[in-house]
Amino acid sequence: MTNHWNDLQHTDCALIIGANPAENHPISFRWLTKAKENGGKIVSVDPRYTRTSAQADVYAALRSGTDIPFIGGMINYALENNLIHKEYVATYTNAAFIVKEGYDFNDGLFSGYDETKRAYDKTKWAIETTEDGKPVKDETLENPRSVFQLMKKHYSRYDVDTVTAVTGTAKKDYLQVCKTFCETGKVGKAGTIMYAMGTTQHTVGSQNVRIYAILQLLLGNIGLPGGGINAMRGESNVQGSTDFGLLFDNLTGYLGAPKATVPEHATLKGYLEKETPKTGYWSNKPKFVVSLLKAWYGTNATAENEFGYQFLPKGNKNYSHINLFNAMYKGELDGTFLFGTNPVVGGPNAGKEKEALGNLKWMVAVDLWETETSSFWQKEAGSDPAKINTEVFLLPASASFEKEGSVSNSSRWMQYRWKAIDSRGEARPDLDIIHELALKLKKLYANSPKSADKPFLALDWNYGTGEEPDIDLVAKEINGYDLKTGKLIASFGALLDDGTTSSGNWIYSGFYPEEGKNKSKNRDNKDTGGDHYLNWSYAWPMNRRILYNRASADPSGKPWSKEKAVIWWDGAEKKWVGNDVPDFKAVTAPTEPGGTGAFMMNKDGVGLLFAPTLNDGPFPEHYEPFESPVPNAFSNTQLNPAAVVIEGDFNKKGDKKNFPIVATTYRVSEHWQSGSMTRNQEWLSELAGHMFVEMSEELAKEKGIKNKDKIIVSSARGEIKAYAMVTKRFKPYSVSGKKVHQIGMPWHFGYKGFATGDTANRLTPHIGDANTTIPEYKAFLCNVRRAD
Amino acid sequence: MVEMNLNRRQFLKLSGATAATLAVVELGFNDKKAYAASKEFKIAKATVTPTICCYCGVGCGILVHTKNNTVVYTEGDPDNPINEGKLCSKGTTLRQLYTSEKRLTKPLYRAPGSNKWEEKEWEWMLDTIAKRTKETRDRSFVEVENGVTVNKTERIASLGGAALDNEETYLLAKLMRGLGVTYLEHQARI
Repeated sequence: MTNHWNDLQHTDCALIIGANPAENHPISFRWLTKAKENGGKIVSVDPRYTRTSAQADVYAALRSGTDIPFIGGMINYALENNLIHKEYVATYTNAAFIVKEGYDFNDGLFSGYDETKRAYDKTKWAIETTEDGKPVKDETLENPRSVFQLMKKHYSRYDVDTVTAVTGTAKKDYLQVCKTFCETGKVGKAGTIMYAMGTTQHTVGSQNVRIYAILQLLLGNIGLPGGGINAMRGESNVQGSTDFGLLFDNLTGYLGAPKATVPEHATLKGYLEKETPKTGYWSNKPKFVVSLLKAWYGTNATAENEFGYQFLPKGNKNYSHINLFNAMYKGELDGTFLFGTNPVVGGPNAGKEKEALGNLKWMVAVDLWETETSSFWQKEAGSDPAKINTEVFLLPASASFEKEGSVSNSSRWMQYRWKAIDSRGEARPDLDIIHELALKLKKLYANSPKSADKPFLALDWNYGTGEEPDIDLVAKEINGYDLKTGKLIASFGALLDDGTTSSGNWIYSGFYPEEGKNKSKNRDNKDTGGDHYLNWSYAWPMNRRILYNRASADPSGKPWSKEKAVIWWDGAEKKWVGNDVPDFKAVTAPTEPGGTGAFMMNKDGVGLLFAPTLNDGPFPEHYEPFESPVPNAFSNTQLNPAAVVIEGDFNKKGDKKNFPIVATTYRVSEHWQSGSMTRNQEWLSELAGHMFVEMSEELAKEKGIKNKDKIIVSSARGEIKAYAMVTKRFKPYSVSGKKVHQIGMPWHFGYKGFATGDTANRLTPHIGDANTTIPEYKAFLCNVRRAD
Repeated sequence: MVEMNLNRRQFLKLSGATAATLAVVELGFNDKKAYAASKEFKIAKATVTPTICCYCGVGCGILVHTKNNTVVYTEGDPDNPINEGKLCSKGTTLRQLYTSEKRLTKPLYRAPGSNKWEEKEWEWMLDTIAKRTKETRDRSFVEVENGVTVNKTERIASLGGAALDNEETYLLAKLMRGLGVTYLEHQARI
């Protein structure tokens, strides 16, 4: 989230799309309710009329997988009706930048496309620069090669009639959404866009988020209270686990993992030169990388050995979830660790993921429960145990309150959890398990002369002498030290690239600035102004609660409006002041060079309407999902041209003839993710005990299905049984005059626990987004029939 | 046991007997009588520890009441500015994560081809896991690829971690990359 949960109360309009906070983030909704009491509006856009929709002022339906047309049309509406915040756009975005000749867009394809590689040459989308590397601008925004004019042209194709014919939204509902949300383009108003996995789990997931960002920049909504782009995280620490680099392509703090396929990455010097922009805050990247290497390799990281850079693994491909399971399916993996995860229920095309596990030699599962994944070899899983040779180690893990440590919520607030009780039975905290495993491996490798073992032996592992690691030492290592004095480092601003500082995760550096001051433990809940609670917990980076808050003030440093003031330039004090920590260099005056660069992480200091960095185009463009019932109305390019398709048995594709119905998945309040945490509890199991599929009255009638009938849902990947829930919450869509049905179902169920049911993900496909490879769970094709 | 700076109001809220009194006041009882009777309530004299909910990303505060080595009660933390004491259905039932009969309490092992779990000692489990990890790593480790130092194994994967604490995710990422693991993924992707 750019903003935070408590800040939602300040919004004038919350556009909630691809998310259902009333059911999936219930307590967030009290701040939306407060916003409503303050006169704010709630707009809900969803294929299904959810409990969030029931609380909304405006509801509009859209067919799954059509967010880009929906928002693209809003961009067009805002531009046509002159509803944008023009001064904000001209100063704080790249609207005025001139795009070089070479950029073009034709029939769904941007210039630079290589069909055989399914990839673009992004150099074709470059910005014109002056001799000293600065972007060429046209402040009038009139130049036909300006980002603003190219964007205007791109989205002029997204007129209301074309859009609603694709999304299936009633035209009057659509116009109501446009009108209500675009009101926030006025100075003194702020609108927020809230989203979750309904947005990201598509072959165009990244571009869905991108198009929200474009709309928010045009309306001048980023950096303001009640504004921003707010991704609602579904797990208590999925923010933290991402920040800490549990993804193949991210070390920690969003420092990219070195690649064997990039020649410059062969050395630290080459890696840093290649990956460090000359301007913007990321120009400090070498300090963060070297400090990370010092945290990981300690005294074994020296200037002579590139600070241990060569110890890091260098991959040569995309190792993300879908590809990981494809490799496992093909027998290319021997061993797998699973820390509190249950892909046999939660993974896409879950039947195939279960099959893949049988090709492992060994598997380690660390969990509070026996899950469908750790017991995939059992008869009740549909397996023949005698034929499965996987050795399985299942380790009992402690619950969150049986240990201590911090978690980072969606607001980036790092809150501490104290230990309330000893672990149940012989369960142990994950920290102890990881630590002891590391120590045992260190022992096995001790004194090895082999060069292959050097990287692991060089890994610095010093967390006390006890059997249990000293968590305080881990926390301090994350914050980092001044290695010359041995003192904790005050913040990432003090990190250096000469090996004299360390920090395990630079974006968190500053949460533990001195002995005894772990700020994630801060519990002073007095409102420090603006409902930011600066002394409650710690928000990365630097305890900032609203990112890009420089943009809450006009170019001269005055708040755009009194109502939405966050920080402002104090001419007498010669610094930025306000109720939040400035997301800006605190002493840079608005009139100084860079004084209006509100988006300081970007190299030119502006928000990107045109983003030449994504894999599938500088402007979001609509493509139909991998499985779709209709041809793409915007071009002859049906599927995202940069999405990677795995052919064959691992990812069967269904056609609209056999599978004419659009399907999506979602969650209910009483269960959580793959259900292992909730289906193993009595009360929650009783509250939501059965797998069901929601469908419209019209579809039920066509299929001869009544409410509570047992039905079978089939896709190209498999079949599941469930109860039919016939409801008014789904309605058939009229897509280009053709009737299209959509159904939806929860994905929490499996055969373990108290509440059992068939697994929805046995239906979903193994295809991912062109940038992140996030699976397309949220739009696929299926059919339904009565079970008897 | 709780390492925090409690102001007086917070301290009162966190003491067991007071919490019991507040709970019955909310139920509409006579508070004086209830206070007198509070010794009989199961949360009287319980130890109260603040935690953060383990489910979604809102990060609601929860108070865990423990007594006689079990969790006797949980409730929303009134001091946490995010939820101000409110909780959803999942946060409310946090206690059952401790009390559920389905909790794993011992390490379990399944041998190749076997149709059952066997209880094992921690020490044997971790020793064997370390051995398997080393065997696989040693057999598959690549030091150089096309003239570039790569120091990796592509035959071990690590999945999951979104429910772990920050300190745990940090050590997990450090250990896996330290071993040369490239198949490193978790729930942010799915």
